[in-house]
Amino acid sequence: MRSPLKGVAAYVTHSFEEVGRFVATTVEVFKWTLRPPYRAGLLVQQMETIGVKSLFVVFLTAAFTGLVMVLQTTSLLAKFQAEGLVGSSVALAVTRELGPVFTALMVTGRAGSAMATELGTMRVTEQIDALSTMAVNPVQYLIVPRVIASMLMMPVLAAIFDVVSFFGSYVMGVWMLGIDQGVFVARTRHYLDPIDITSGLYKAVVFGAIVALISCDKGFRAEGGAKGVGEATTKAVVVSSVAILIADYFLNVLMTNYLPGYLLGGPR
Amino acid sequence: MNGEGAAIEIRDLCKRFGENEVLKGISLRVEHGSTTVILGASGSGKSVLIKHVIGLLRPDSGEIWIEGEAIAQAGERRLNEVRRKFGMVFQGAALFDSMTVGENVAFPLREHLSLSEREIRAIVTEKLNLFGLFGVEDKYPAELSGGMRKRVGLARAIVLNPGMILYDEPTTGLDPIATENVNGMIVEAREKLQVTSVVISHDIGAAFAVADAIAVLHDGRIVEYGAPAAVRASEHPHVRQFLSTWFSRV
Ligand SMILES: Nc1ncnc2c1ncn2[C@@H]1O[C@H](COP(=O)(O)OP(=O)(O)O)[C@@H](O)[C@H]1O
Ligand SMILES: [Mg+2]
Repeated sequence: MRSPLKGVAAYVTHSFEEVGRFVATTVEVFKWTLRPPYRAGLLVQQMETIGVKSLFVVFLTAAFTGLVMVLQTTSLLAKFQAEGLVGSSVALAVTRELGPVFTALMVTGRAGSAMATELGTMRVTEQIDALSTMAVNPVQYLIVPRVIASMLMMPVLAAIFDVVSFFGSYVMGVWMLGIDQGVFVARTRHYLDPIDITSGLYKAVVFGAIVALISCDKGFRAEGGAKGVGEATTKAVVVSSVAILIADYFLNVLMTNYLPGYLLGGPR
Repeated sequence: MNGEGAAIEIRDLCKRFGENEVLKGISLRVEHGSTTVILGASGSGKSVLIKHVIGLLRPDSGEIWIEGEAIAQAGERRLNEVRRKFGMVFQGAALFDSMTVGENVAFPLREHLSLSEREIRAIVTEKLNLFGLFGVEDKYPAELSGGMRKRVGLARAIVLNPGMILYDEPTTGLDPIATENVNGMIVEAREKLQVTSVVISHDIGAAFAVADAIAVLHDGRIVEYGAPAAVRASEHPHVRQFLSTWFSRV
């Protein structure tokens, strides 16, 4: 019988190997980002792909997040006769946390999975080897534009999320629950600081890098035909999603300590 | 002594993947202008061998010279210069499926030369026509048959006029007529372009149809090497058995 300890040891070793390889890919991507040729055409093409793929789901998630959050917070705040704070509470939660995190999860599901599948297919059909034999570096040609495009598009999508979810919460709060329109808007403006929005967008940039790096890395390492490509895609989505949530925690710690005004209730 | 005079010289090449010892000391010399076929069963390490020649894999030990230049330890920059001496035709053609046929063939031109769109279009059409492909520029690879894709792959491989062409299993998975066609294409490429060709294959019929020299790869070593007639008459038990699977049928 296999000892469970050995299983755990193998799993830990394997995990460290995976992390090591991922770090190596990241270093490689960074190196090839700095070296010419700079492929602006590919970058624009990737930005378009990521935007087009993700825009609709971001819209949908944002609208319903606004609706549901207002529904929930109103029932809570009504206990304290503080319905006037609903708009601002939801806006803070969305701009600081939910916007960037949900956007990143949606981009993972749409664009990240597509990256893993596309690069995985290119790997198993030797298209990536073909690039190398034609003296074109595949990391530079395939991964660099995807990572940069994802870092640029993620904050744009997160900003769209913020705006759309505000409309969602306005619809629920003012039209459906009858909160006074003037109070709803004024309080939101009063309590929402620019840092709440920008900090969320900084997070989105980091999430953009994480999603693209992980998805491309998994695709790049696919092996074993169509089945391997499917596995790479699944891994890309699962690992990216978990990594986003873990990174979000550490970004919070980091920003609390080093980003002036980030701490709610602190000097802003 | 260091690959002088030969197009490709491989000396004592060893490669293992973990426990799997794939190449156990390969030595092989490919002369300028010849067509050498490396013949071996599936999984014998043919693709691994050819990937060393073009620098996609690094040897554990041994040396590889391309036109006298050692590449086993060469850096990325040197390697890329050496790679431009080669065109490689992959087993599944490895065409970029997001690009049209025309864009595929134009790809190396766009990457490495600065030509006008007109010049590019002219070269692409010329290379496609060379291998009997007409009016397919705007089609996508998925719309072509396997044999046609191989021809597009060859057109892309030779578009920068390399001195050497590497073919990975060019006839695998093709029907007899397409196989005949592709064999014709290899012979044509050599006659029209005066290139050195290395073909790896498990297709014995195809090997004898195109080769000047045949090397038989078995158990990580070259067990027989020579002109087709000499290999046909080999006394090596594995070679005899391998060849009998084909020649007994004829
Ligand atoms: N990148 C790799 N990593 C691990 N093993 C490999 C790799 N490439 C090939 N192999 C192994 O090397 C052996 C020879 O493979 P290959 O050269 O593809 O055979 P073939 O002669 O059919 O082309 C196989 O056992 C294969 O599993
Ligand atoms: Mg092979």
